[in-house]
Amino acid sequence: MDILIYGVINSATLALMALGFTLVYGVSRLPNFAHGALYVLAGYICWLLLNRLGLPYILAIALALGLVAVVGGAMYQLILVRIRGMSISEIIASYAIGLAILEGLRWGGLKGGTFTLPAFLEGSVDIAGVSVDFQRILVVVLGALLVGLLYFFVNHTRLGLALKGMAQDERAALTLGIDSDRMAVASMALGSLSAAVAALILLPLGSIVVEAGYHVLIMAVAVCIVGGLGSWTGAILAAFVIGFAQILTTAYLGAHFQVVVAILAIILTLILRPSGLFGKQKELEERV
Amino acid sequence: MAGEPILSVRDVNKTFGGVKALTEVSFNLMPGNILGVIGPNGSGKTTLVNVITGFVKADSGQVLYKGKDLVGTAPHKIADRGLTRTFQVMRPYYSLPAYKNLIVPLFSPRARRTGGWRGGGRMGSRDTVAVDILEEIGFERESYVPYKTASSLPTGYLKRLELARCLALRPEIIICDEVFSGLSMSEMASMVPLMEKLQMEGITLIMVEHRLRELFRLANRVMVLNFGAKIAEGVPVEVMADKQVKEAYFGSEEVFSYV
Amino acid sequence: MAKAHESRRKERLDRGVKVRSDGVYAVASWREMAFLLGPRLLLIAGLMVMPLVLWPAPYWQKVLTIICIYSLLAIGFDFLAHYVGLVSLGGALYIGVGAYISALLNTEMGLPLWATIPLATVLGGMVCTVLLWPCLPLRGVYFAIVSLMFPLLAARLIEAFDIFGGTDGIMGLDGFPNKWSEMYVLIICLLLALFALRRLVNEDVGLVFRGVKDNDQSVKASGIDITRYKALGVFIASSLGCLGGACLAHIYMWAGISQFALDFSIIPIAATVVGGGGTLAGPVIGCLILVPISELLRDFGTLRIAVYALILMAFIVFKSEGLMSYGARKYNQFEHWVEI
Repeated sequence: MDILIYGVINSATLALMALGFTLVYGVSRLPNFAHGALYVLAGYICWLLLNRLGLPYILAIALALGLVAVVGGAMYQLILVRIRGMSISEIIASYAIGLAILEGLRWGGLKGGTFTLPAFLEGSVDIAGVSVDFQRILVVVLGALLVGLLYFFVNHTRLGLALKGMAQDERAALTLGIDSDRMAVASMALGSLSAAVAALILLPLGSIVVEAGYHVLIMAVAVCIVGGLGSWTGAILAAFVIGFAQILTTAYLGAHFQVVVAILAIILTLILRPSGLFGKQKELEERV
Repeated sequence: MAGEPILSVRDVNKTFGGVKALTEVSFNLMPGNILGVIGPNGSGKTTLVNVITGFVKADSGQVLYKGKDLVGTAPHKIADRGLTRTFQVMRPYYSLPAYKNLIVPLFSPRARRTGGWRGGGRMGSRDTVAVDILEEIGFERESYVPYKTASSLPTGYLKRLELARCLALRPEIIICDEVFSGLSMSEMASMVPLMEKLQMEGITLIMVEHRLRELFRLANRVMVLNFGAKIAEGVPVEVMADKQVKEAYFGSEEVFSYV
Repeated sequence: MAKAHESRRKERLDRGVKVRSDGVYAVASWREMAFLLGPRLLLIAGLMVMPLVLWPAPYWQKVLTIICIYSLLAIGFDFLAHYVGLVSLGGALYIGVGAYISALLNTEMGLPLWATIPLATVLGGMVCTVLLWPCLPLRGVYFAIVSLMFPLLAARLIEAFDIFGGTDGIMGLDGFPNKWSEMYVLIICLLLALFALRRLVNEDVGLVFRGVKDNDQSVKASGIDITRYKALGVFIASSLGCLGGACLAHIYMWAGISQFALDFSIIPIAATVVGGGGTLAGPVIGCLILVPISELLRDFGTLRIAVYALILMAFIVFKSEGLMSYGARKYNQFEHWVEI
């Protein structure tokens, strides 16, 4: 039973981590390797606002979300737009930015377990004999909510539809008067925003550490690749596949294997089915 | 016609995500012949080329080359057995000079086995052999054209380069995917004798074309595809007269007066 | 006043050197040979003399050996990325595999240093090629992502299964007999590798590699098995990395998980981007610049990673041709006065 419950929670966690990555890739074909850095940055900014400036928690959260979205958008507008379309350069450059943010933060003093955010709700509840604290339930609820919101946003708002149009065919979108650069900035900001949301929901469960940045990046990449890059439903399903696989290996083999599972999932998926478990793209090798 | 067909395609099917690209396509190709394949855009011509040369795997059916089924064989192995192709979208090695483009096929196992081109010798300098082939195919030898990088060559030369790449393998069959498209009238005019020369040298050709005038002059037989299915096959005159072909492909009679 | 100018004009130094086609040289005089050989000799002589110049600073001599190790890795990366078309972001895998193999051969089987290093080079190259073999059909981004994951996976596996000494690593390797042999072995290996690779990419085999990079479909249609050539490319590049790793293990007399660390994946890439991709010598120059910077910043802890990440980003975005290509262009554009 606890495998089921923790499996669901872990899967929701992974889905949250991966949403921003898949959003950005889906719209602007940009593999945002600074994703993990944005995640940590959001947590750190929130912590600063909360503890150094003494702002109320809600306000700190709102400000942190906004700031990270701006950082993400600016990152695209100022730097990444210049190497648009050269995917390898995009990976290297965004990874370099991520590294610079993370290692810069570490140098700036983000070390050890002293940086924690308070939980939204204290306490815990028994579900079928397993004690689960409220924050973890909140992870599942908010995760589902965020997916729902993004789904609504993409399918029922002007901006969202423009993003979707660009994801499907950039040139056609251009001829319909959609500014692809601005849309890419918007998607990047949105992706950063969801990284920040994920951070603020998940970080109260632990402490803010630099390593989380790398961890989140690996997990996001794993989920997106297993699910098929740029595919929404694929990413969510893949989050469940990997989530349960991790919980099962933790239960039967040991916690060391969590990351091993994720990395193996990436490697195996890419070798066996490069378009991902649920990807609709033609097999990559066949593209003539 | 007497003799065994060198290539025999039997009931080949291929679907891409629900779209039927090829339905039950069959034909035979006799050694030394030129088979023309025509059809409107999207009728599955290029898919047929891809299936025969192994770049796309057929869902069902057989591609018999000298009696052996090629379906499921890797493209490089098919090429190694002497069945080569050109690409509709030219695929030269853009960063290399034109003659260096030919080093790659000349370095292939097949070319090394068969000993290069025209007594170029097993170990004869591949550069010389490459320039020889280019001259054969219509590059001016004394000029600097063969030494220019492929990215700076005009379409006409790139089409020839594609053909040259095939010739370097000393193939038995060349499948030409639209060698005439994108060429100017004069470039085309010089291409026709080239194809005739290849046929006289004993190379079997499949030509996928839009240019009917040149094709009908060259081809021994013509096959017409429409929506992935074969609707007619025969000598050019028969095909031209076929009612179904006129309706499906040409729409009206008037186009034919042009041919 | 005009008289002097009428009989002279400015001419680019490489005018006599370069004939109409690129890459075909017609060398006619000593001066032109000097023009071509100068930069090459400068690099060779510079690297050979460097250990002697650094005599009073043993610490920087150590840095020089590290530079050579990174350079081996970087020219491997450059070769793979710009001549075979495989962008391998996980250079740390090669270093780690090389280090562990030489460590195992040395401590478990008692082989001496001069045997473990060559063996680790070849065996390591084979191991890496076999590991990466299934990924070879992947293109671009996908190959880059998988290769980035391999060193992480290797480190986690060693940790999780507690093999090869687990988190402690393998200790007690033989060191080099003295620091001079350490430096000169590496410098000579580096120079040999550099010039051998430059030679290779212009040979017929090298052209096939470049063909695979430019256009793999066309190579397939030419009857060549591209996977085999890609594997050969990976073998060459990973062997160079393993050579570096083996030397590294013997220098520190230790092999451990940290040899799968991020540094070994990032610095070679940064060096290649800074030095100029596709030039092979560029990455060496990039390492000569970046590694000392990184050493100078060692006191600031992880700030050095942030700094070279920023340098990397700046170069890739604003100056993607790199120093070497830039320098070569300027060098060829030098003008001098000639009598007419």
